[in-house]
Amino acid sequence: MELLVATAIGACMAAGIYLILRLRTFAVVLGMTMITYAINAFLFVTGRLVVNLPPILREHGEHAAYTDPLPQALVLTAIVISFGMTAVVVMMALGAFIESGDDRINMPQDDRVMPPLRTIDDKPEDETA
Amino acid sequence: MTHWLIAPVLVPAILGPLMILWMRHDLLQQRVFGVIGSLLTLVVAIKLNVMAAGGEVFVYRLGNWPAPFGIVLMLDRLAALMLILTAILAVIVQLYGIGSGWDRKGWHFHSLWLFQLMGLNGAFLTGDAFNLFVFFEVLLIASYGLMIHGGGPMRLRAGVQYISYNLAGSALFLAALGTLYSVTGTLNMADMAERVAMMPAEDTAILRTGAVLLMLVFAIKAAIVPLHFWLPSTYANAPGPVAALFAIMSKVGVYAIIRFFTLVFPSDTIVETIATDLLLPAALITLTLGQLGVLGTRSLTRLAAYAAIASIGTLMISVAHFDAEGLTAGLYYMLHSTLAGAALFLTVDLIAARRGGDFWLRLRPAIRNTGLVSALFFATAIAVVGLPPLSGFLGKLMILDATGDDPWMAGIWATILITSLISLVGFGRAGSILFWKSHELDPEPGNDTDEDKRPEPGPIPTKLETDEPIQDVDDSAAPWLAFLAVGGLLAGSVVMTVFAGPLSEYLQQTADQLTRPALYYESVLQQQEGTR
Repeated sequence: MELLVATAIGACMAAGIYLILRLRTFAVVLGMTMITYAINAFLFVTGRLVVNLPPILREHGEHAAYTDPLPQALVLTAIVISFGMTAVVVMMALGAFIESGDDRINMPQDDRVMPPLRTIDDKPEDETA
Repeated sequence: MTHWLIAPVLVPAILGPLMILWMRHDLLQQRVFGVIGSLLTLVVAIKLNVMAAGGEVFVYRLGNWPAPFGIVLMLDRLAALMLILTAILAVIVQLYGIGSGWDRKGWHFHSLWLFQLMGLNGAFLTGDAFNLFVFFEVLLIASYGLMIHGGGPMRLRAGVQYISYNLAGSALFLAALGTLYSVTGTLNMADMAERVAMMPAEDTAILRTGAVLLMLVFAIKAAIVPLHFWLPSTYANAPGPVAALFAIMSKVGVYAIIRFFTLVFPSDTIVETIATDLLLPAALITLTLGQLGVLGTRSLTRLAAYAAIASIGTLMISVAHFDAEGLTAGLYYMLHSTLAGAALFLTVDLIAARRGGDFWLRLRPAIRNTGLVSALFFATAIAVVGLPPLSGFLGKLMILDATGDDPWMAGIWATILITSLISLVGFGRAGSILFWKSHELDPEPGNDTDEDKRPEPGPIPTKLETDEPIQDVDDSAAPWLAFLAVGGLLAGSVVMTVFAGPLSEYLQQTADQLTRPALYYESVLQQQEGTR
């Protein structure tokens, strides 16, 4: 079971890393989601994999078997946060796409190369003061 | 158990949503309550500093559950110091945001500002590793909103890069926490520290992996090379006051490194000197690269961004030793570089606003208020480069002094001194292009540098229009307030110079407290009367 879960997490993570290295925002958002899945599954596993056991101490004592409830609580928090963050990044990517006309992740040429004086004065709305 | 510890988180958490619900259309009310919120956190921060100055570690148990099970807030001298630094910076820069008119250029500036403060204060106060992650997310999500405040294609695109980088960082943070939890079985920092100290040496491979992962996460936040790539575009494209507030954001990463590698993984435990071995070379490269960026860039906003990277490098050189002397010098330089870095971003914003938004380093006709702005740029450059008489000089001197007995001493001293010269040349070049050579050009025809032809600034409407265009300096609400804010930050640097003696003694005691982790276990885990 450990091998199966570890392979799944690894595959998910690898796909995510491949996707976030793409140059378009859509692929990057997908990649983020894949990485989040992988990390959430990983967090869940940090409490050790056990099957068919309750997440509470039913019988007190040294040999009472249970599954660790804390990672489950952490995963819930992480899922909520990553869901919200994905929504934010989608909105920002959409805003950038609408404002600038393409969904490339790299900064356009204007960010690095000094534009001629004339264009700046013509288009004051492009300023980044 | 005192309830003051939760106040720096609660005050902005209550005021921020109220401002969105009740005064979303009234900018005047937002300004008043926004500044009141920041001032309240300042008052609370002063109160907490007075409490923490005694050297005791205060613990606040949320829900009054006993420590390793419930979440705790923890106030020591370092946390109190970071709180007051944040509050001072927030109040001054918020006044700049009002004075320059930046807060009118988009929605909910002041609410986001308070949410940002909430995240920062929470991150400084928390004593629980997972809670630190949660507060990191709070401050990040507020910073995403602030970073794209005002909109525009370049800012949004830089924002997408910033958010993607930080989402990857958050994923890494969770991976690090999961790794540490799987070997220590706890997330409370003091409890984790105790378990790490008791762990047998042969079982620590995963633990060390977790420690290094955690360091990578904080290095992303602090923008230490090679994890700095998000910073230049973000800071250069963020609105001026937001970039100035972000001066404290990168310090959150440094704070977290100090907290974890003095409390949880001090160098005498099994993790040994892994932190110093990794951080010191990275810090030297960060410093060099930042200062080369200052010299090489052709954009004024990027100049400020690279200066911020360089200041993190200088800071980490000192902090990476994790001894009392290095931490003292590092903390002094952290206070200085936060104030000076913020002043630099604000000055750059003043200049760019007066050049019609042109932030490129090139000749343009002389700007309005050129005397005052150039004087501010000159003073800020002195502070950032680290020349006497401002506190940057003393900060660098203390760092040189603290690293004097290091085996790497020659390399460290050479790097700091040579890169200081490089940045001096960089700032000199920028200043001479902006003010000196530009002064010789005639004003362009039609360019309203003439005071008489300028239309009288009307009263600023207190309601936001939906399609309001991005304004220039003509509609800034109160330019004097903007100048006053920059002057206030520089005055902070002057105060730090004048009171360098008492201040460094205070920081010495803070560093001493940090090097005695036993105090934290005792306060957090042993003194638990009255818990459920």
